[in-house]
Amino acid sequence: MIDREVKELETAIEQIWDIAVGKFGLDPFPVHFEIVPASVMYEIGSYALPGRYSHWTFGKAYHRMKMMYDFGLSKIYEVVINSNPSYGFLLETNSPIQNKMVIAHVLGHVDFFKNNAYFSRTNRRMVDEAALHARRMSEYEFTYGRKVVEQFLDAVLSIEEHIDPNVFIRKTEPDPKKKKNESRPQGKYDDLLSPAEIEAKSGGPQGADDKVKSGPALPEKDIVYFLMKHSPTLEDWQRDIMAMLHEEMEYFVPQMQTKIMNEGWASIWHSRIMREMDLPTHDYLEFAELHAGVVSPHKGQLNPYYLGYKIFENIEKRWDDPSKEDREKLKLTGGTGREKMFEVRELDNDASFLRNYLTEELCDELDLFVYELVDEEEWTITEKKWERVRNHLVGNMTNFGFPYIEITDGDYNGNHELYLKHRHEGVDLDMKYGRKTLEYVHRLWGRPVHLETILDGDSLVLHYDGSEHDED
Amino acid sequence: MSVTRNDWSLQRKGQIDQERHKERVRDAIKKNLGSIVSNESIILSDGKRVVKVPIRALDEYKFRFDYRKKKHVGTGDGNTKVGDVIAREGDSGGQGPGRGPGAGAQPGKEYYEAEVDIDEIAALIFEDLHLPYLEEKAKHAVPSKTTKFTEIRRSGILANLDKRRSMVENIRRRARKSGEANLGPFKKEDLRYKTWEEQITYESNAVVIAMMDVSGSMGEFKKYIARSFYFWMVRFLKTKYDQVKIVFISHHTEAREVTEEQFFTQGESGGTVVSSAYKLAIDIIAERFPPAQWNVYPFHFSDGDNYYSDNDEAVRLADSLITTCNLFGYGEIGEEGASSYRRSSGALLSIFKDRLKSQDRFVGVRIDDKEDVYPALKEFFGKRGEAA
Repeated sequence: MIDREVKELETAIEQIWDIAVGKFGLDPFPVHFEIVPASVMYEIGSYALPGRYSHWTFGKAYHRMKMMYDFGLSKIYEVVINSNPSYGFLLETNSPIQNKMVIAHVLGHVDFFKNNAYFSRTNRRMVDEAALHARRMSEYEFTYGRKVVEQFLDAVLSIEEHIDPNVFIRKTEPDPKKKKNESRPQGKYDDLLSPAEIEAKSGGPQGADDKVKSGPALPEKDIVYFLMKHSPTLEDWQRDIMAMLHEEMEYFVPQMQTKIMNEGWASIWHSRIMREMDLPTHDYLEFAELHAGVVSPHKGQLNPYYLGYKIFENIEKRWDDPSKEDREKLKLTGGTGREKMFEVRELDNDASFLRNYLTEELCDELDLFVYELVDEEEWTITEKKWERVRNHLVGNMTNFGFPYIEITDGDYNGNHELYLKHRHEGVDLDMKYGRKTLEYVHRLWGRPVHLETILDGDSLVLHYDGSEHDED
Repeated sequence: MSVTRNDWSLQRKGQIDQERHKERVRDAIKKNLGSIVSNESIILSDGKRVVKVPIRALDEYKFRFDYRKKKHVGTGDGNTKVGDVIAREGDSGGQGPGRGPGAGAQPGKEYYEAEVDIDEIAALIFEDLHLPYLEEKAKHAVPSKTTKFTEIRRSGILANLDKRRSMVENIRRRARKSGEANLGPFKKEDLRYKTWEEQITYESNAVVIAMMDVSGSMGEFKKYIARSFYFWMVRFLKTKYDQVKIVFISHHTEAREVTEEQFFTQGESGGTVVSSAYKLAIDIIAERFPPAQWNVYPFHFSDGDNYYSDNDEAVRLADSLITTCNLFGYGEIGEEGASSYRRSSGALLSIFKDRLKSQDRFVGVRIDDKEDVYPALKEFFGKRGEAA
């Protein structure tokens, strides 16, 4: 890209910002745009944050994304980082009009990051934080060996999604050094005791481990946190790695919870901003083609851009010009479409967004359906009734698509064994994956582990003791 | 708000981690040779050098839902109805399941497929295989040629210039003249050339007699097993030994010698008379490969479903084969997946194990599963008779 084009882009950014903020009332963080070659774009895309720690799974993702790009199968136009200021990455080979659309899209995302409630506790300096993590991680690799750290990461990554997404309701303290006295019941006159006496009262310096059952409130949904705090086998550097990954997951969870909304919101605004731009006809055509590609339905799948876009559009329409039913039921008076959209972007996540705003009319228009595997052979449409379709969709969003698994006992059999319980909500676990993951959990806990679930309607408990799998 | 464009040319993070991933692929291949050895894409590769094989060890395990038991939601084109089939299990690529909805867990492909070079895998497999009890049958030792650079001369062709030695000579000459050891303009007298010699090494003669049951009871799976075993055996022999002859015999109630191609492709039917194959093998050995001059290795694959009345004869001939041979290998292929199921009576393997006189030169292996092929290879060509 030549300097003239960079200059042109700077002018475009000013213009897009003015439209977004001045005309439409978006409220983004300042954004720093960076023009990067494809290899860097795919790198940032596969790590989800620039400068993150190293692991083979990122290399695998990078390889796959880059290959798709090289073969012309898919292309990332943009990567945006939730931070203050935010970072937007533009692909070097994008055409000027592609870049303009991407810039407008990025502003939509950044507005969402800044204003959606679920992002309110995210670390806005996560790029720095991730770089610090990366440095600590490579120090550990240096000290303990790359393979050792890699194997440990394999284990932690297998359960990384199992944190408590409501971290801002029950704020956890991931500092392993503070774990000692936490589980000790508070005595009335504790402040009169010397530290040594307090220690004695809580069952010695390693009290936390002994009091797993009576200590932290169980069940515990945050498996990473629980293992980090109470595992009898981990060393300090391992707990530190878990704390780092926990922190990164806290940062990513809101993005997993709002994928549809976030993309829908950004798509709504990129399309409106671009329409305000007074583009020459051929540019406008190029934009229209791009936009259509982004928000097009993918048959048999769900395109989050399309779904989110449609719902936001529908919300605006309903609140601007309510139907008779909406006027009666929701007491809508009309003309509040824009206001309502901004309210939704602030308060909802994907699950509530779909539950509240996916209407029958939309289900019909989008031709949504439930499909499942019939006779082990054919993926067949089995449900078209809109309420059931909606409920399935919302159900699939629960716990951002992961099985809900809790720790119900950290001292099972009176033997420091770990007991996990899968809250079965109608769908069985992938048993092979379950067993393999249990091996990882065992690596982190160091003692026998159990997982209770339901398979084909019957209760089933998987056991793994470090060498053998068993079930009953 | 700002735009910058930096120099990213030194950014290598993705590539470095990609290397880590590749390393894992290689490790996984080593650990999974058992299933790779009998992978269709290799055995049926038809000369392709690079094939894709699924490698399970590279999955990123997580607690996840069983994709096949889950109800998914999708969008249609406007007129879908209950009962429409949108995809079939096993369909690859394109649309439909396998590439799940954008949000939530999407298992996508069930496993990771790695591209592997057959030669690389072969090298790993053959690492510790050899022909057991190989003896030097000195009389008719067959020479195999190797070239080795053994000598340095002052003349030769430029392609064989020994640069290091030439530089040393240059420095020496200049040191002699000026007293200072440094590199300067070359003269013809500095140049040194490598030259080679053909070395003749003596390998022992060996012949492998590959026998396969092609009777009606040998179904697809059984044939496939035998085929994958011989695929690697032939490859192994050709890579490791210059002078190994392979004779192919297929049999049902009658045996006949066939070409390699026929051996692997031909389908037959009918009953099984094992002794017919052994008889033919003995004849061929006597005629063309006298044991005084040849190391002889008969291998036989069958499902063990021999005609009852032929068992005595089979044992007798197997015994006589063994007396003339270095090692007799017999592989019995069971029904697919019937690993715990053993037919005790009637099956040839147990008869051999009970009644053969010279057990030490007999190797009998049972194969019930594709994964058993690699252990069988190791069993037949493993570390035994090393001292001989």
